[in-house]
Amino acid sequence: MSKLVLEKLAQKFGAAIVETHSDHGDDTARVTPAAWKDICRYLRTDPALDFDMLVDMCGVDYPERGATNERLEVVLHLYSIGRRHRVRLKTRVGDEDMDDADLDSVTSIWAGANWFEREVFDMSGVTFKGHPDLRRILMYPEFEGHPLLKDYPAQRTQPLIPYRTEAEAGLPLDKLAPFREDEGMSFGRKAWGTPGEGEPS
Amino acid sequence: MAATRTVAIEGSESGFATTRFEDMLNWARKYSLFQYPFVTACCGMEFMSLASPRFDLARFGAEAPRFSPRQADLLWVVGTISQRQAPVLKRIYEQMMDPKWVLAFGTCASCGGFYDNYTTLAGIDKIVPCDIYVPGCPPRPEAVMDGLMLLQDKIARGDRTPGIVKPRTDPALTTIRKKHTEDDAR
Repeated sequence: MSKLVLEKLAQKFGAAIVETHSDHGDDTARVTPAAWKDICRYLRTDPALDFDMLVDMCGVDYPERGATNERLEVVLHLYSIGRRHRVRLKTRVGDEDMDDADLDSVTSIWAGANWFEREVFDMSGVTFKGHPDLRRILMYPEFEGHPLLKDYPAQRTQPLIPYRTEAEAGLPLDKLAPFREDEGMSFGRKAWGTPGEGEPS
Repeated sequence: MAATRTVAIEGSESGFATTRFEDMLNWARKYSLFQYPFVTACCGMEFMSLASPRFDLARFGAEAPRFSPRQADLLWVVGTISQRQAPVLKRIYEQMMDPKWVLAFGTCASCGGFYDNYTTLAGIDKIVPCDIYVPGCPPRPEAVMDGLMLLQDKIARGDRTPGIVKPRTDPALTTIRKKHTEDDAR
């Protein structure tokens, strides 16, 4: 794949393109959050680029980058059906406490961004400015926090209904399931290094 | 060459058989389980194969699936139950009429399995009583049939303590399992 996309972006936006790289035919550009929407609109409307398909969007948490207001990376994958080329666009927002984790919504450019942005909001806590209906899409409204942030405890659940008590069950709760959590699995928890229940993490 | 076979049961000479009323009722119940399949995940494929002619669950008198919990007395929980779904499952269970039984099909329904995270209910017994656990990922059809027969046995005996079907070893996976057992021992 040619570097046409990256060249055109650098030409047009200059300093708003923080870094670029091309690897295995995939072009990536990291841009400033302020220019996010303008760049997206340009990618969509420029006839030589014509990115008419939003393939995927996701959020990635890097807690160690919080100090520079770059904690969350929002990654956008675009594809042009007519030109048959693709590009990956990244930007970073938010500090350690997830303040300023907001970004312009691109739903006015690709309607398909609607649910993707809701997912990024739900899982990673990025607020999309100008989104028509920004609410949780996978988790329930009562859920607190954003589960894909690295500071969300891996085993914390938020049940919607209270669990049965021992009095209700009539037998000790640890006796309910007479086996451990990997029962019946052909591979154990040790294989991927996750601590089991009651083991130190 | 007509061979005659006679089956002697108590009182057969007079044309009557005696039993206790409860036993007779339980005998009738265990062979006419009306099932409500609550299917949420990949184990559902396994359930379909189990219900279709190859493994033929109907042989055990658990033939008719009901698509209203009000008509069912055996709840199959087949697949992962998310926290978001837990109130739904509980409500389904509450709508069933007594006597009712619950079978946890697969590791996820039994104890959560590897979905040890923010979204999953780690075992349906946290919210509804469970009679039979059939762990396995997915359980082999034979294991589920074992579970069903175990349930029938428990119905006949009036036993409500939870039972578990030990997973059978899949020959294709024994090498992996063996490796992990060795790793554990180390």
